[in-house]
Amino acid sequence: MELRRSLLFIPGNNPAMLQNGGVFEADAVILDLEDAVAPQEKDAARLLVAEALKTVDYGASEKVVRINPLDTFAAEDIITIVPCCPDALLVPKVECAEDITRVAQMVARAEQPGQKPVKLIALLETPRGIAEAYAVAKADPRLVALALGAEDYTASLGAKRTKEGTEIFNARAAVLNSAAAAGIQAIDTPFTDANDPEGLVADTLLAKKLGFKGKLSINPRQISEIHRMFNPTAEEIDWAYRVISAIRRAEAEGSGVASLDGKMVDAPIVNRAERTLYLARILGLAKEGE
Amino acid sequence: MSNSQTMSGIPDLRSAQAGTLESGDIMIAVVPGAPGSGIAVQLESIVRAQYGKAIEATIRLTTAQYSASDILIKAVDRGALDCTIRARVMAALCRAGAVSAKEGI
Amino acid sequence: MDKTITNSIGRLLPETIEGYGKVAPFAGAFATVPEMKRQAPLVKRMLPDGTKRMQNLEEVFRLIPVSDGMTLSFHHHLRNGDGVVNMVMETASRLGLKNLTVALSSVFPVHEPLVEHMKNGVVTGFDSNYMSGPVAQAISRGVLAKPAILRTHGGRARAIECGQLKIDVAFIAAPAADEYGNLNGVSGPAACGSLGYAFPDAEYADHVVAITDHLEPYPLSPISIPQTRVDYVVTVECIGDPKGIVSGTTRITRDPVGLKIAENTARVIQAAGLIQEGFSFQTGAGGATLAAAHFVRKMMEEKGVVGSFALGGITGYMVDMLEKGLFRKLIDVQGFDLEAVRSLAANPNHLEVGAGFYASPFNNGCAVNQLDAVVLGATEIDTDFNVNVVTGSDGMIMGGSGGHSDAAAGAKVTIVVANLLRGRLPIIMDRVLTATTPGETVDVLVTERGVAVNPRRGDLKERFTAAGLNVKEVQELKDLAERLAGIPEPITTEDKIVAVVEYRDGTVIDVVRQFQVQP
Repeated sequence: MELRRSLLFIPGNNPAMLQNGGVFEADAVILDLEDAVAPQEKDAARLLVAEALKTVDYGASEKVVRINPLDTFAAEDIITIVPCCPDALLVPKVECAEDITRVAQMVARAEQPGQKPVKLIALLETPRGIAEAYAVAKADPRLVALALGAEDYTASLGAKRTKEGTEIFNARAAVLNSAAAAGIQAIDTPFTDANDPEGLVADTLLAKKLGFKGKLSINPRQISEIHRMFNPTAEEIDWAYRVISAIRRAEAEGSGVASLDGKMVDAPIVNRAERTLYLARILGLAKEGE
Repeated sequence: MSNSQTMSGIPDLRSAQAGTLESGDIMIAVVPGAPGSGIAVQLESIVRAQYGKAIEATIRLTTAQYSASDILIKAVDRGALDCTIRARVMAALCRAGAVSAKEGI
Repeated sequence: MDKTITNSIGRLLPETIEGYGKVAPFAGAFATVPEMKRQAPLVKRMLPDGTKRMQNLEEVFRLIPVSDGMTLSFHHHLRNGDGVVNMVMETASRLGLKNLTVALSSVFPVHEPLVEHMKNGVVTGFDSNYMSGPVAQAISRGVLAKPAILRTHGGRARAIECGQLKIDVAFIAAPAADEYGNLNGVSGPAACGSLGYAFPDAEYADHVVAITDHLEPYPLSPISIPQTRVDYVVTVECIGDPKGIVSGTTRITRDPVGLKIAENTARVIQAAGLIQEGFSFQTGAGGATLAAAHFVRKMMEEKGVVGSFALGGITGYMVDMLEKGLFRKLIDVQGFDLEAVRSLAANPNHLEVGAGFYASPFNNGCAVNQLDAVVLGATEIDTDFNVNVVTGSDGMIMGGSGGHSDAAAGAKVTIVVANLLRGRLPIIMDRVLTATTPGETVDVLVTERGVAVNPRRGDLKERFTAAGLNVKEVQELKDLAERLAGIPEPITTEDKIVAVVEYRDGTVIDVVRQFQVQP
């Protein structure tokens, strides 16, 4: 399971930003050909992003490109971008399963022999997209995550976007549940006020609590805070160790049932503990010798 | 971008430009030259002393991949890396109506 | 061919430089042991009915009298708003004086008229710690026959105190004065805060002239420079333009790469184990350096520690940290903004000190020696960690050490911060064009793509690695930059030496050769 705590948008027609995109240590960079690029610069941005993919070192960050929607420049974007080996494409304004299948087919045609298959992430940002979330989630094996774009979504609803996010509760729930049902990740909408670090912390903690595995971001300054929020806490890691040792103890004693603090330890709890320890290990937060 | 082709199959180039004057970018303007004038490059750069030759070489190498023979390329560089220079030259040439050798085959 | 010598960082220097004299080669940051007595200025007296008020500068010039070949000194607290240097030198020119040496602690674009005085022989010697603007460019292009001398802030104080920079007349731009020569920088229309860089001049010059546009009744208080050292007080219409003196507020950079560097810098300071009770700190006012203070502050707040002092040029950000109880004291040689001026006037824990107290290597202990950490900038740094802050990428003079070399030598942990690429230019070279601060005094380089530790500091490297910082060899970072940008062609210079770069102890660490128009 890939680590996608943070996915940082980088404007696709800005050479300075493209060249420095890797220094913020986001789990993924999203080189953006859509909203960040004016219509008359789409051609230039596409070439710039293609060259950046070939030459710029993005370090450990997954290389994602947000292409334009299917009804505008998606086809041109895919033909130019896919052979430059991005790790994934973020497909905007996805409204139904067929949108993903079509993109998947175009990607397959554009891939070069021997190229690592390009993954897809669907950005759901319309009421219809939210309604179709589960169908989208299982539309194609290339799809690894559903992401929520709440700004456009709330505009369509006619609801006011607030920091508490009451108006997107339903959309978040739909994205989370559909992604979980299809066995893929759910990625939360960006927190757009770059000058409100407390608001970012609260919003990210809520996302984590709900079950999101990561968050989109439009500002490099948010990355370290987003990571801090998604990283397992010391208490969570400690709890996970205790769950695993309870299981081992039960196995050693030949008992089929393990318990911890007077509660039964069943499969979902073990899964959660294992994921916590996995994250702790790859993030270097695990205890010595474990 | 559509290319305007003459009867002979050699595209008519028009003036075009791409890129910006932002730090890290390069502005490329392509102007059709007189027949037989070849590829001429005019470079203004904040790092001319250190990278002038390299920038011009990149511009020429990129241009060589296009069906463009008589053109003047004016470049105003703000410290762009090679990948940016290539992308901006390609964008300007495409907008000017040049066809890349790869597409042409 | 003149005889040459190589100093301890491998710089080839002439044994003697015309117009400068015999070269004492740099031999290590602490190699020079002083063996001399301090400079003693003329002893004066003032009879009870004497007066110091003068109608104009010409009168002062006649009374002293200022004559050909003298050294006139100035301080730079009025920065790019300064009017005093130009009015004094205009007077000198009008009176037909020649061959003067100007010792001005820092030069700004506003001092452009000096170029004319250099061209027509009024000024033939120049001595400074930092040069920018037209004067720096003219000197780079060889306007003076004699090389300029570039010192550090501490080195200038040392040179004055030890008699190597002998000042005939010190002109003190005084934002506030009384008739009897007590001066301070905290009131008046040209208030600039600390007058610290003028302290050595006032103490050791043979003649001291205060120039003010704001006279207060005797006795003025607080007293930064006392009546006992001031010969004359000249009142003028205006000593400087407040807009060029202090900025309204000094803001933290919003550049995300600069912030990333700043954040990593704070993590370096934390990993070095310095965020603890009594922490002492110096940082610059620009770009990533001030932003580093912001992240350090967050760490101090989280851990609940109170620092002992912040040092150097003081900004409103540092004042806020003092007022919020994050530092017990500020030690101030120069204020950068209005908040720093206000605080110096009002807060007894905000201390005004002179350049010698701040940074001179030859006294019984300067403040930089008490620093835990300093964060400094760089134009270039080489794989031996030598830093250039004097010349730009084209070879033109555009700065100077200021307190750079002093703080680097004194602090327990010296951190240089820089973007790995500036424009397209890699910041790390095999050999910096002009060595200013020696690598032996630089411990860590922080860039947006990794942290390099001076091999002398294996202890720090271990700590940084354990803390999960992205530690790389300096050569690795250099290679990384060159992979991104390509290897730059070296720039070339003329042969003529236009400036001698003195280390804080007075030895020669490098020379600057005349600017050459690149092909």
